[in-house]
Amino acid sequence: MHFVVCAKQIPDPETPPAAFRIDEQSNEVVPAQGIAPVLSQFDGMAAEAALRVKETAGDDTKITVISMGKESAQAAIKQVLAMGADEGLLLEDDAFEGGDSYTTATVLSAAIEKLGDVDAVFCGRQAADWDMGQVGLGISELMNWPGSIIASDVQVADGKMSVKRVLADGFETVEVPMPAVVTVSNELGEPRYPKLQQIMQAARKTVNTMTAADLGLDASSVGAAGARLKLERLFIPEVGGDCDMIEGESPEEQAQALVAALREAKVL
Amino acid sequence: MAQDILVIGEVEDGAPASVTAELLGAARRLADGGNVSVTLLGAAAAGAADAAFAAGADRAYVGADGAYDEFQPDQWIAAAQAAVEQASPAAVLMAQSGIGRDLAPRLAFRLDSAAAMDCVAVESGDGGFRATRPCYGGNAQATYSFATSPAIATVRAKSQEPLADPHSGAGETVELAAAGESRGTIAGREQAVSEGLQLQDASMVVSGGRGLGGPEGFEVMEALASALGDDKAAVGASRAACDLGWYPVSQQVGLTGKVVTPDLYIAVAISGASQHMAGCSGSKTIVAINRDEEANIFKSARFGVVADYKAVLPPLIEAIKAAG
Ligand SMILES: Cc1cc2nc3c(=O)[nH]c(=O)nc-3n(C[C@H](O)[C@H](O)[C@H](O)COP(=O)(O)OP(=O)(O)OC[C@H]3O[C@@H](n4cnc5c(N)ncnc54)[C@H](O)[C@@H]3O)c2cc1C
Ligand SMILES: Nc1ncnc2c1ncn2[C@@H]1O[C@H](COP(=O)(O)O)[C@@H](O)[C@H]1O
Repeated sequence: MHFVVCAKQIPDPETPPAAFRIDEQSNEVVPAQGIAPVLSQFDGMAAEAALRVKETAGDDTKITVISMGKESAQAAIKQVLAMGADEGLLLEDDAFEGGDSYTTATVLSAAIEKLGDVDAVFCGRQAADWDMGQVGLGISELMNWPGSIIASDVQVADGKMSVKRVLADGFETVEVPMPAVVTVSNELGEPRYPKLQQIMQAARKTVNTMTAADLGLDASSVGAAGARLKLERLFIPEVGGDCDMIEGESPEEQAQALVAALREAKVL
Repeated sequence: MAQDILVIGEVEDGAPASVTAELLGAARRLADGGNVSVTLLGAAAAGAADAAFAAGADRAYVGADGAYDEFQPDQWIAAAQAAVEQASPAAVLMAQSGIGRDLAPRLAFRLDSAAAMDCVAVESGDGGFRATRPCYGGNAQATYSFATSPAIATVRAKSQEPLADPHSGAGETVELAAAGESRGTIAGREQAVSEGLQLQDASMVVSGGRGLGGPEGFEVMEALASALGDDKAAVGASRAACDLGWYPVSQQVGLTGKVVTPDLYIAVAISGASQHMAGCSGSKTIVAINRDEEANIFKSARFGVVADYKAVLPPLIEAIKAAG
């Protein structure tokens, strides 16, 4: 089988709020000093899901990790290669910049089409920068393959993908014929941590690069030119601010004082 | 400018879900004299139409087929698409629910248009629709316009007001076809153990985090909730606590968990990461209990207690009981 993992490099979502800045002129997040970009969390889990399936299948399943991004996204690709993926593909073109979910799914689908023999695509439930949660389903629609979202477990057998999905009030297991797309959530569990030797091996694995032209895509259909959702404004919302600290000589006094304060505020 | 709006409804216990009523309220305002329609799918759909008319719909596209009761994307998307074809709306609204999350992006790609997910505001003006949504884990918000039509948005529960007075006027019902084929089959379902009060319905939520140190900490949280009243308070958790297996994922509050808007939210041993606050910042009063006075949670709290939870929760439970 041939699996694809879609991996995006993003600003570290654990950047402390005090270091989080926006340039309101360009509507862009200002990269925080000294905090390196990371592989979007859920994409590591998508890779983990693909690797688990490969291991249980015990066959010669190949995993290709694809990222659309700048040259720096090589780091995200290498991380998934170090986890155990076989090959990398960087989709890099100035024309890809400033796009939306639609253009991203268009570019990734074109690459999946190009690979030709793909049986399953693993995405994260959402990219932890824009938190949109659309690209996996976009690929599913553009490829006309079934897609299941927010997986906590993925199994593959007899040409079918079985996905345990996280619902608001429990779990549901859905079976779909392959090829199929799945988006993975944190309930799957922590992604494996590559060993030093695997990191060194990853450095020797092939990472191909493709542009819009290589993918047969017209520049007008990708990036800012092709985007259907136009970012008008990016801003930092105001948060509360004035917190009353409840004092007291002992925890008992603090407890009493808190209840008194809540009663006074008519919350209790 | 009058324009037509379509709401993808959800039916719960034979009536439009509360979020569907909120969306119909929003749709009525956005329509500005235009038509508001709603899709209602499932065995109980027809019976929910009158309530949907009162909540703001002029027309209901009803798919009264029990097959719709289980959300199967292939079946729901076909119904949504049929309704869009008939209503040709300028905008399609749905809830940021298990269904909306799945349906909105698919519908956007099918219709060659765009969707904005998890919106907290949708407005209409000269430049068309504008949708505002949190991003970057709740650190930022983004406002988008749409280059294509219809504009599709999933909207966060409780972010919109339902109509204050019932909408009058004869509602029209249009039947949708029975559910079609589905490539997927549902092989099983597990209900999470959450009897009693649901997190989103609770007027008070007490949430515990990684600082509780283990699942035992949640027993104290449950005692705190009981002291506040079993019919009022529910227990939530941070993702760190859920990921550690200390509390069920169905109780996770935050960006990728549940969004709650209770009158009182007590965060215990939670650091206040933006992704957690994304799920509780709409609470009326936030109380933070944390032993680190520098913890970020105090920035969004109305009342803060710097203390070890193990020391302060037992007397707090007593004091709440005493206050009755
Ligand atoms: C894309 C993405 C989505 C996410 N979605 C969510 C989400 O939906 N919900 C969510 O909650 N998180 C989410 N997170 C994770 C989030 O970023 C934080 O990692 C998480 O909220 C931290 O949980 P915590 O506050 O319980 O743990 P910690 O950050 O470890 O904080 C523990 C706190 O407990 C305090 N403490 C320790 N011991 C005691 C004691 N004895 N008494 C009192 N206080 C004590 C500490 O001072 C500390 O402040 C998401 C992250 C990402 C990247
Ligand atoms: N630029 C990208 N390169 C590779 N994969 C991506 C990219 N953007 C999004 N994805 C994939 O799509 C998922 C959902 O992204 P989104 O819809 O943007 O929230 C991510 O978790 C990735 O798996």
